[in-house]
Amino acid sequence: MIEFSLWDIVRNLLLSARWTVILSLVSFIGGGLVGTLLLFMRIGRRRALQFFAKYYVELFQGTPLLMQLFLAFFGLGLFGIDVPAWLAAGVALILWSAAFLTEIWRGCVEAIAKGQWEASSSLGMGHIQQMRYVILPQALKIAIPPTVGFSVQVIKGTALTSIIGFVELSKAGTVVTNATFQPFTVYGLVALIYFALCWPLSKSSQILERKLNVAHRNH
Amino acid sequence: MKYVFDYAWLTQYWPVLLKGILVTIQLIAVGAVAGIALGIACAWVRSLGPKWLRPPVTAYVELIRNTPFLIQLFFIFFGLPSLGLQMSELEAANLAMIVNLGAYSCEIIRAGIQATPRGQFEAGASLAMSPFETFRHVILVPSLQRIWPALCSQVIIVMLGSSVVSQIATEDLTFAANFIQSRTFRAFEAYFVSTAIYLLMAIVLRQALMAVGSLIFPRRSPR
Repeated sequence: MIEFSLWDIVRNLLLSARWTVILSLVSFIGGGLVGTLLLFMRIGRRRALQFFAKYYVELFQGTPLLMQLFLAFFGLGLFGIDVPAWLAAGVALILWSAAFLTEIWRGCVEAIAKGQWEASSSLGMGHIQQMRYVILPQALKIAIPPTVGFSVQVIKGTALTSIIGFVELSKAGTVVTNATFQPFTVYGLVALIYFALCWPLSKSSQILERKLNVAHRNH
Repeated sequence: MKYVFDYAWLTQYWPVLLKGILVTIQLIAVGAVAGIALGIACAWVRSLGPKWLRPPVTAYVELIRNTPFLIQLFFIFFGLPSLGLQMSELEAANLAMIVNLGAYSCEIIRAGIQATPRGQFEAGASLAMSPFETFRHVILVPSLQRIWPALCSQVIIVMLGSSVVSQIATEDLTFAANFIQSRTFRAFEAYFVSTAIYLLMAIVLRQALMAVGSLIFPRRSPR
């Protein structure tokens, strides 16, 4: 039987943490793009698109991410494609993050005082111009702390992709445990690596929020 | 797409689904009650409690909030037995949910306590209430009322997150779906039906929690 040193364990976990980081980035950026699209539907003037975006968000926030992963994994397969785990993981996480980001950003847009809409429309601006020059620049500022905070949820969400067989930090934890029979050490280390990834983001979200509030008070 | 959807298995396997639903309900009921209680205790420590207790509670809250639930679950179920703490799947799942919700609800409740005006503490003291009575009647109840919607959302998030406990073979709704798909090979349909059930449970749970809120909190005219 091979003996595993602590360094062997840590090295393997860190190597697989790359995939956690990559998947988080892809989901967050992809989710941001889809989320932007949904945001424009949600706050736009078309009724049908508003409804679509609203129920999209309800649906993805009201069902477990794990189920979404399973449905992506087996649902994409219905079209006769051989679905690799990374594809299902990416698709599900992008759609899931999009729902949450849309809802966060909608709150930020709605926090902009009604007077801003009225003032800009009295200047003869169209909807797109209002958004581009008046609403979004202000909403963006409020949106930064909760968006950074949500990135933590995305990183934690990627842990579930291990269940459909994508090898990232959590899956590596299981594999290494099966080889070393040291679940306490291995899962402890896995938790610490996740903590090292997430905590700086949580903290910076808090700091950004505090800074932004100060800016608000000085107005 | 040549796939033909088949839901005929439902007639045979609905008791399995029902049992899964009941386990999920049991998990969230225990998790919510004990988790919120733990959250209240932690929020008290972090905002009003003894100074020496604050660092460990803060560490607990930060650690839980910055690691995935799945890893917490694995750590409790697979890791703790090496310290001599053996437990069944259901106990481990319950414990993980309590610990998880405890940390999240601590932060939510603490925000409610911090939003309480300073004068309320002094008003309580001036009515000859003990610190505990002041906390119980003057601080906690209005704070909970203030943050109740956020707390409800968190309970629903934890309920949906509980689908993960199937990974340690706790026989919840997701476990039932996995079981059915392995028997019938109708993976998409099994997960589709259970996803719909989760959605329904989330909607019902939200209504139920809002109803509980309007029952336990005194009605006030809006400020």
